[in-house]
Amino acid sequence: MRHNNRLYNFIRVLILVGCLSTPGVGLGDVQYIDLTNPFLRKIPMAVPVFSPVSPGGANGALTTGLSDSLSRMLEFTGYFKILDRGSFLHDPKSGNITQNSINFQNWTTVGAELLITGGANVRADELVLELRLFDTFKASLVVGKRYRGRVQDQRDMIRRFCAEVIQALTGNQGVFDSKIAFVSNGTGQKEIYVCEFDGHDVRQVTNKRSITSFPAWSSDGRYLAFTSFEKGPAKIYVRDLKSGLETIFNFSGGQIAPAWVPHRFELTATLSREGDQEIYLLTGGGKMIKRVTNSPGIDVDATWSPDGRMIAFVSKRAGTPQIYVQEMGSNRIRRLTFEGRYNTQPSWSPKGDKIAYSSMAEGQLNIHVIDIEGNHPIRLTYNQGDNEAPSWSPDGSLIAFKSTREGVARIYTMTAYGTDQRRLLVLSGEQSQPRWSPNILP
Amino acid sequence: MRKNSWLVIMLVLIIPAMLFTVSCAKKAVETAPAETAQPVVTQPATDTAADQAAAERARLEQERIAAEQAKRQAAMVFSEEDVYFEFDSSALRPDAQDTLVQKAAYLRANPNVSVTVEGHCDERGTEAYNMALGERRAQSAKDFLVNLGIASNRLSIISYGEERPIDPGQNEAAWAKNRRAHFAID
Repeated sequence: MRHNNRLYNFIRVLILVGCLSTPGVGLGDVQYIDLTNPFLRKIPMAVPVFSPVSPGGANGALTTGLSDSLSRMLEFTGYFKILDRGSFLHDPKSGNITQNSINFQNWTTVGAELLITGGANVRADELVLELRLFDTFKASLVVGKRYRGRVQDQRDMIRRFCAEVIQALTGNQGVFDSKIAFVSNGTGQKEIYVCEFDGHDVRQVTNKRSITSFPAWSSDGRYLAFTSFEKGPAKIYVRDLKSGLETIFNFSGGQIAPAWVPHRFELTATLSREGDQEIYLLTGGGKMIKRVTNSPGIDVDATWSPDGRMIAFVSKRAGTPQIYVQEMGSNRIRRLTFEGRYNTQPSWSPKGDKIAYSSMAEGQLNIHVIDIEGNHPIRLTYNQGDNEAPSWSPDGSLIAFKSTREGVARIYTMTAYGTDQRRLLVLSGEQSQPRWSPNILP
Repeated sequence: MRKNSWLVIMLVLIIPAMLFTVSCAKKAVETAPAETAQPVVTQPATDTAADQAAAERARLEQERIAAEQAKRQAAMVFSEEDVYFEFDSSALRPDAQDTLVQKAAYLRANPNVSVTVEGHCDERGTEAYNMALGERRAQSAKDFLVNLGIASNRLSIISYGEERPIDPGQNEAAWAKNRRAHFAID
């Protein structure tokens, strides 16, 4: 219900008035961010405090808040080093926000390669926000937008512009339209919660008052699957987030770890209905389609390739929990992990090329990434408690995970290369099982 | 006159004594029959048939109470004694098998009892894998009991994975206690 109202208001009110002149450079002309290792060198970016467009058009608290919000969101991506405003050469509130009025040398001198200026105007409850991204060395406009909406929708405007920035600089959509589902036990029982990509706006989604966990997003973000002990042994629930209606799956035995098939109303889960834990393919409505794995012993923890043609999963068929990849068409199976004696929780990158997982060694869990051929396993976390349950951002640039490095289980994010590890949020109790959604916000 | 008042005095002493032993049954289970047996044994020499019947009822009552105590005790042992496992394993060690043999005996002696076998794991593994492992542990224990002749429909299984540890400690001793199958009487 809430989601519905928000969506409606968002569309009704947030009108994109237009691009602010044509960008000086095309997408393919210059490669701003090297996507082979984009986090190796962060691009220095300046985000001065925004200006009121007309005198008295916006107060200092609003303009500072907007520019800080933008800075934090872009910093979250890991691509940029946001420069300290104390190092700027001139007073940014003097109103120089357009290409013609900016002295770009003031910015290149302090080391900024990118500059974002903002102009804000508030009249009654309406906010008009102009945002421009400049390449300071070329003295050119990369992308400019004007947004008009309610003052309280300011975060959505900032979010939209960040998506434009990342699109212009990387050619990809970024993460700003995604959410993260996770488990928290602050109420005394494990329940499912959802927040925005950077940890803002946390909402409790389930209230089952029994162990509820393993959230999983459908590709369109409309359905959330999870398991709950609400009615006895754990059963899979599929909730339609729009209507709130839930379907409970009815198979004998335990039901574990649902995982949606990309772009289909189908999912896999581990069932023991035939006496052994195997992975089955089911409809989103809870009907059996077919059995996927066929091996005595535990088969669990499936994750789908983004093209929906393969799954990676955990199997104990060789004696210890290891990760295997199975092609759905041919049913060909190959083992992916050969290092370590306990490799579980695989998560397939939405870019298709890598799989993150957790590996236990000397009693500690750490996150590793391996390419889908099984080569070049790389360890991303070291000596900081247990690190597990990796989940990729929809553009494959970031990984959310659970860590006990501060003594209590919390959710963190890091780049795909393991840099910029930072905590996402803090709630009462302990947080676990982060699941990053596709880009689903309008 | 003298014989009747002696009888009255004896009954007045016996009945409260019986009541006393009943209310302290928990501690006196094993000794109760012995305590009350004595007065009854000295009776027959001087008693009428009614007194004998009353004494017999009292004795049977004591036996019934003792049996009930024993039954409660057995049920407590049944549900409190868990079956333990090695890390990442659902195989039954010899000690686990011994425990299960005793559980089978209890179930045979109490044919109306049905049980939920719970499977648990220690916290070190990962959540989904531990859900599956917990289920395998419960199934392992159930299969053993079924092979000893217990009807399958008396035993249902549930896995709690690592969600319900019995010992929150983070050391090998605590983990060993958590890797268990637990038998909850329905």
